[in-house]
Amino acid sequence: MIAMFSDASLLILALAIPAAVALLVALAGRWPNLREAISLVGALLLAVTIFMLLARVLGGARPSLHLATIAPGLDLALALEPLGMLFASVAATLWIANTIYSIGYMRGNSEPRQTPFYSAFAVAIFSTMGVALSGNLITLFLFYELLSLSTFPLVTHKQSPEAMRAGRVYLLTLIGASMILLLPAIIWTAVATGTTAFTPGGILAGHVNPIGMAVLFGMFVFGAAKAAVMPLHRWLPAAMVAPTPVSALLHAVAVVKAGVFTILKVSVYVFGLDTLRETGASQWLVYVAGFTIIAASFVALSADDLKRRLAYSTIGQLSYIVMAAAIATPAAAIGAALHIAAHAVSKITLFFAAGSVYTAEHVTKVSRMDGIGRRMPWTMAAFAIGTLAMIGLPPTAGFLGKWFMLGAAGSASDWFAVGVIIVSTILNGAYFLPILTAAFLKPAGGPVAEAPVAIVVALTATAIGTVLLFLFPDVPLRLASAMVAP
Amino acid sequence: MTLAVLQHHLPVLVVLMPLLGGLLVAIIRHPAASWPIAIAAAAASLAGALALSREVAANGVISYALGGFPSELGIEYRVDAVNVLILVVVSFMALATLVFARLSVASEIDEGRQPWFYTMMLVATAGLLGMAVTGDAFNAFVFLEISSLATYTLIALGRDRRALVAAYQYLIVGTIGATFYVIGVGLLYLATGTLNLELIAERLPEVTSPRALLAAEAFILVGIALKLALFPLHAWLPNAYTYAPSAATVLLASTATKVAVYLLARYIFGIFGLHREFGDISGASLLILLSLAAMFLASAAAIFQNDVKRLLAFSSIGQIGYITLGIAIANSDALTGAFLHIANHAVLKGAAFMAIGAILYRCGSERLDDLAGIGRAMPVTGAVLTIAGLALIGVPGTSGFVSKWYLVAGAFDAGKGWLALMIVASSFLAVLYVGRIMEIVWFRPPGRVALAAAEAPGGLLVPMVALATLTVLLGIAAYWPAEMAHSAAEALLGVRP
Amino acid sequence: MTFVETLASEATRYVIVIVMVAGLYTIIARGNLIKKLVGLSLFQSSVYLLYLLPAKIFGGTAPILDDRFEVYSNPLPHVLILTAIVVGIGTLALGLALAIRIKAAYGTIEESEILARDAARAEGKERGA
Repeated sequence: MIAMFSDASLLILALAIPAAVALLVALAGRWPNLREAISLVGALLLAVTIFMLLARVLGGARPSLHLATIAPGLDLALALEPLGMLFASVAATLWIANTIYSIGYMRGNSEPRQTPFYSAFAVAIFSTMGVALSGNLITLFLFYELLSLSTFPLVTHKQSPEAMRAGRVYLLTLIGASMILLLPAIIWTAVATGTTAFTPGGILAGHVNPIGMAVLFGMFVFGAAKAAVMPLHRWLPAAMVAPTPVSALLHAVAVVKAGVFTILKVSVYVFGLDTLRETGASQWLVYVAGFTIIAASFVALSADDLKRRLAYSTIGQLSYIVMAAAIATPAAAIGAALHIAAHAVSKITLFFAAGSVYTAEHVTKVSRMDGIGRRMPWTMAAFAIGTLAMIGLPPTAGFLGKWFMLGAAGSASDWFAVGVIIVSTILNGAYFLPILTAAFLKPAGGPVAEAPVAIVVALTATAIGTVLLFLFPDVPLRLASAMVAP
Repeated sequence: MTLAVLQHHLPVLVVLMPLLGGLLVAIIRHPAASWPIAIAAAAASLAGALALSREVAANGVISYALGGFPSELGIEYRVDAVNVLILVVVSFMALATLVFARLSVASEIDEGRQPWFYTMMLVATAGLLGMAVTGDAFNAFVFLEISSLATYTLIALGRDRRALVAAYQYLIVGTIGATFYVIGVGLLYLATGTLNLELIAERLPEVTSPRALLAAEAFILVGIALKLALFPLHAWLPNAYTYAPSAATVLLASTATKVAVYLLARYIFGIFGLHREFGDISGASLLILLSLAAMFLASAAAIFQNDVKRLLAFSSIGQIGYITLGIAIANSDALTGAFLHIANHAVLKGAAFMAIGAILYRCGSERLDDLAGIGRAMPVTGAVLTIAGLALIGVPGTSGFVSKWYLVAGAFDAGKGWLALMIVASSFLAVLYVGRIMEIVWFRPPGRVALAAAEAPGGLLVPMVALATLTVLLGIAAYWPAEMAHSAAEALLGVRP
Repeated sequence: MTFVETLASEATRYVIVIVMVAGLYTIIARGNLIKKLVGLSLFQSSVYLLYLLPAKIFGGTAPILDDRFEVYSNPLPHVLILTAIVVGIGTLALGLALAIRIKAAYGTIEESEILARDAARAEGKERGA
């Protein structure tokens, strides 16, 4: 049955399923139950497809497919390697949880324009899959831009003046950075090396001088503004005006991870970790990312809006990954890859919980969450697990990535990075733990009243996933190791 | 046998078809007959251009002696990889515009004047095709004037009285430009004794007076620059595009300036050479400077327009800057980008102006504020406008991306990384003005105009959707046009390495 | 070289330049649409001279193949300028036609007044809206 599908057809399916969902959802707009069923079935089918691919990649296969030649030297191609596989698996799995959650959230809050919402969401997943599966920089860029465009209607879903303003910041930052920095970086690479294909070991060595290498690396890092490295981070808190499912899957998983994924992928497959280390082209980024981590933590400390606090936490967590990419040792890259998965599943839990609180009690402020843990035990238990992952404590997935990164920074004698990781861990605790103490230790002040069941199911599942990923890290670890294997 | 004869005469037939078609329309002068004749003439012309492109790809340059006179005496029509691309673009856009014109013209122009409108469309097309196909400097002037005179008339047929003033102003500027050009040609003729572009290039080394050449070059290039609206000689363009009838704007925006750009490239690469010094400044750096000015200033001006047609007109001036920049960088990639952008921009701007024409057809307004929420009333039209806008920005998956890719690659290849950054930075301005339109069209609550509007009729939708589809196709499967543009670039660079 | 010949070769160039510049100046400096067209015509006429004067050969005849004549004027410039004159007439006619239509639509052919009337109308519209 599984063998029925060739590698290429599975790759096509991974793109075709979300595309079909987008189309069918738009057509089924008049029948909400059918519409939601399509989303759910689509998410399941996509996950099955991705897991079939996963089995093959773990078996050593590297599925690839040439899609089209736009023009001589401009190819669209898919090629799955371990890092992309990891990203695709995370996104596809969480899409299921998110779809269940969305149904509860959108209905629970009687949101308007649900059909365009689900449709645009599927397009965003389509773009995310494209980013994960892309075989060269051009294909990556195509889907990267499509992801920015398709999430704009989601960010501006409320269509209030505030939402429109936020949408403008969102789109102009993302598109502007990718057009002004990422695109020329890609073209520079193409002109210098004659190829844009992702190649183990990198393609740039010997084609660009060390200074040019550092400039080019900077263009990639800031061009991928979805990674929210300061100073290009403002779009992320702005995007929090979106409905919570959007913040959860897109601005904790798909969109931001597309950014760090791009940076990590470029580091490993375009520059090559060895080349980065030898030329020192990425050294400066350790400091910029370190600054981002600390600065974002301080902003998060003072943010009273829960989603805003989560957003700044995301900015900090993303920069862990960026910093690890900049350290550019195999161990650091493994840590970065693990953290992509770990942060995704735990941050989505936090957002799910935030949305759950909003749906049940219309609370958005941290200062009004006293005793909420007693009224909404499931929600806040999940929130607590997510919090532990953010700080990097066992038994959660967050521990793994951080452990690898800390070890890598130490063995690279990068004491700045070591210091940043330790200090930020304390800061993470400082802005998350008070929420927990207030939620669980203050008097309940009301009866137990959880959010709709779909919401609770989804957030419980991702919370369990956060723990499972700690207990059974075998698959992501194997993928991450395969990424840096020579 | 007859087919072979036709084949032999193709270079002139391509021009004659629309010219005779125009004549026929003017003689019959019946509103119902005009459109079919025009379509037939344009289609025949396009078929001819495509046949020529196949022949050029197979056998190389085609030389056709008009009336059988040798090129020393007579006029030579010369079709090579460079102008065959222009022929295809112009005849294709003419056909697309004429398909669109039927309903648009019926709603915008008095019945009695409609035949004249079609006549002028065809004559303008013939003139543009003639400019492209001829290998004779003076003949190019005659065709330039033919197309210009027809164009002035087309603009003057606009509904607003300001169309008259716009046409008049364009007439003055256009005639000055054409006269400059013919002065330059006269000087070249005095210096070399021939009007054939190939022969002029051959005899140039023998010319003893560099001053005559310099004067000729200055007159010719400035004259052409006026026609192609090179910054800062662009002042005529916004009014002309804004007040002309919708169909005329589509034709003008997608073809007229493009042919002038072609002529510029022909003279720069075929005759004068790019790196001549004017005092301390080389021609190349001057052209780079003006192109950059167009890319930034005109695009910035576009952001602040309240009339969509005018906004797109300023955008056109900026986009021409990209094309001339590619000519100024003058390596294979950059020129490929420039020629691709000639084709891509023709198609995408055609689609954009058609969408605006359709909105005008349904709503009677093209003010940006009146377009609030129009995307919900006219989703297909809105989608076409969106695709064209994305292509203007250069979003991957659209044609604009491919031409920008080549341009930027050309800049890097020339060792001008800063220029590459300028190209992408200026296209950020396109994000702003396109974003402004998109926000109003899709995300504003529908206003009074949008609530009363309905989707455009099929006659308008078909050509516009076709062009939008082509814009996407040229973004994902541009192999053939890229090859054409590449061989055009190689041909130009090969003439004078 | 006789005086006449010197004059012919030098003075003609000055004449060309003077006519050309006078025409251009008139186009730019005059606000009256008709006067602008007059300037345009002058400007174009200078080009006719530019082509024709060097083509004139003293003692030359029209290019007729006959044993009695050996010196011809070059016919090509004459033919070219014949075309250019036709184009010029076309342009002038169209320009005048436009001027008539503008007069009918605006009631004036002074550029500054036309612009002022357009500006006034645009302002009125803004206020009306």
